[in-house]
Amino acid sequence: MNKLIRAFAAVFAIAFLLMYAVSVLNGPEQKAGGNVLTIYNWGDYIDPELIHRFEKETGVKVIYETFDSNEAMMTKIEQGGTAYDIAVPSEYAIDKMKKANQLLPLDHSQLPNLKYIDQRFMDLPFDHDNQYSIPYFWGTVGIIYNKDLMKGKEIKAWNDLWSPELRNNILLVDGAREVMGMGLNSLRYSLNDTNKQHLIEAKEKLDQLTPNIKAIIGDEIRLLMENDEAAIGVVWSGTASEIMWEKDNLEYVVPEEGSNLWFDNMVIPKTAKNIKAAHQFINFMLDPKVAAQNAEYVGYSTPNQKALEYMPKDVVNDQRFYPSPEQTEHLEVYENLGADMLAYYNELYLEFKMHKK
Amino acid sequence: MNNKARWFYLLPYVLWIGLFVITPILLVVYYSFFDLHGNFTLANYEKLFTFVYMKMIASSFWYAFLITAFCLIIAYPAAYFITKTKYKQLLLLLVILPSWINLLLKAYAFLGIFSTDGAANNFLEAVGIGAQQILFTDFSFVFVSVYIFIPFMLLPIFNALDKLNPALIDASRDLGASAWTTFRKVVFPLTLSGVKSGVQAVFIPALSLFMITRLIAGNRVITLGTAIEQHFLVTQDWGMGSAIAVFLIITMVVIMIVTGTRKRGVQ
Repeated sequence: MNKLIRAFAAVFAIAFLLMYAVSVLNGPEQKAGGNVLTIYNWGDYIDPELIHRFEKETGVKVIYETFDSNEAMMTKIEQGGTAYDIAVPSEYAIDKMKKANQLLPLDHSQLPNLKYIDQRFMDLPFDHDNQYSIPYFWGTVGIIYNKDLMKGKEIKAWNDLWSPELRNNILLVDGAREVMGMGLNSLRYSLNDTNKQHLIEAKEKLDQLTPNIKAIIGDEIRLLMENDEAAIGVVWSGTASEIMWEKDNLEYVVPEEGSNLWFDNMVIPKTAKNIKAAHQFINFMLDPKVAAQNAEYVGYSTPNQKALEYMPKDVVNDQRFYPSPEQTEHLEVYENLGADMLAYYNELYLEFKMHKK
Repeated sequence: MNNKARWFYLLPYVLWIGLFVITPILLVVYYSFFDLHGNFTLANYEKLFTFVYMKMIASSFWYAFLITAFCLIIAYPAAYFITKTKYKQLLLLLVILPSWINLLLKAYAFLGIFSTDGAANNFLEAVGIGAQQILFTDFSFVFVSVYIFIPFMLLPIFNALDKLNPALIDASRDLGASAWTTFRKVVFPLTLSGVKSGVQAVFIPALSLFMITRLIAGNRVITLGTAIEQHFLVTQDWGMGSAIAVFLIITMVVIMIVTGTRKRGVQ
């Protein structure tokens, strides 16, 4: 009995000691005097050196957290457990958050660097006049293929993927909108189609692709493509540029039938505590040199026109990752289709995944 | 005093069970009656009986069955062998050791081993069979799952076999039973409780596997676990996800009852 109490006392004593040690170790971080900025961003989506520079220049202490899907991010902001000052959602998520009153309007007078953003990426349908959001990176969804494994054959369109020669050779990114969009686009329907008949047609078309699909998977596509595991991957342009950075003789194409054009944007969610520092940070990231450094580190396309001047010519002139306005004209941005339609997309997507070879 | 002390000691247990077992289950049941817009509905359960979900349930059960069966086929002889050796504890430790490593790390290791240029294919090349596609097949899924679950099957069987009184086997042999009959009539019935707990410990988690279905099977195998994950994280249809979870919970209870040890005089 006494032994038991002693054991418990020892456990508590050790626990308190450890808690004290942790607080001592964290001590220096709290010295910023409450001037803390909490950023919520996608994984591996910023050059960490820039965070240090921002801290040095402004004296603001940055807490940096990451998420891996818009949905996970929205759920956390909705619950409001952490006071995030900056988040980086994609366009359809912004529309959703706007409607749910989860965003704070931006004060453009505190963002002088906004003038560097290419007009082409301002005032987009999901956020007119950029009231709530500032573009961070943009890109497309397309096909990356390994020229060696394809033995000289070229891919230009979604429909090329249905070729019987490509049996068991395609990796798809695990996203309902991306995969269903591919089916819809291959039938020349819109990515945002809400006609159930069209959606069913797209799902049936995708079913026929099953023999060619090796796997439907997440970030692992990078590793698998780099290891010659498959000849073809359907990926976001940023993933493609990362793979091509590691490996030669790969090609990235945006299919001619159309595809998705996406934007990730900086917003200030309603949970924000340090609105001034949040504006400071957005303005900092809009600085052309900072944006250029960040784009080089992350590998996605920056919407900052002035930043392009500070980047290597061969990157900026690469039409695969910096397509011209004419080339993006026929691409579509995801619209927020509403919960019911999204559920229907996911239902069909789940059915497609269950379709056996 | 005595009574009070008993309540005092019971408190942590009651709190734990209440907060982390009963409350979540009640919440899951509660959520399962709401649709996407927060209206009360039974539609989630209706949906569960549509062809798509029935197919998913059937395939989950089929894979869980395969995994459990292979685990048993491998674990029973292995456990038997381990009890017969001098280095019981060491061998047992070697079997348990891999379960100390994070599941995700093991899955990634298999991604390398089973890849086109991986160790498995190099071996197949060397013995003249030639490279095969191993990754993202039913085979790799079942193989990796069996690998992960084997310790959970082996341990209870080992314990049951270890407790078995060797005199009973001698007696059986002395009375003229063959080795096979002895196993069938003496050893196996006496270790059945171990087999049952092993089956429970493997079959139930195997029903709701989800990470391995993506990493090792490349989403070509869809289980109930995958569907729950998708409903919670992507569709945000918590109602449907919860309804599937309720179905899983009920299934688990049924399995526990069926495989549970009934007190019928044996032992």
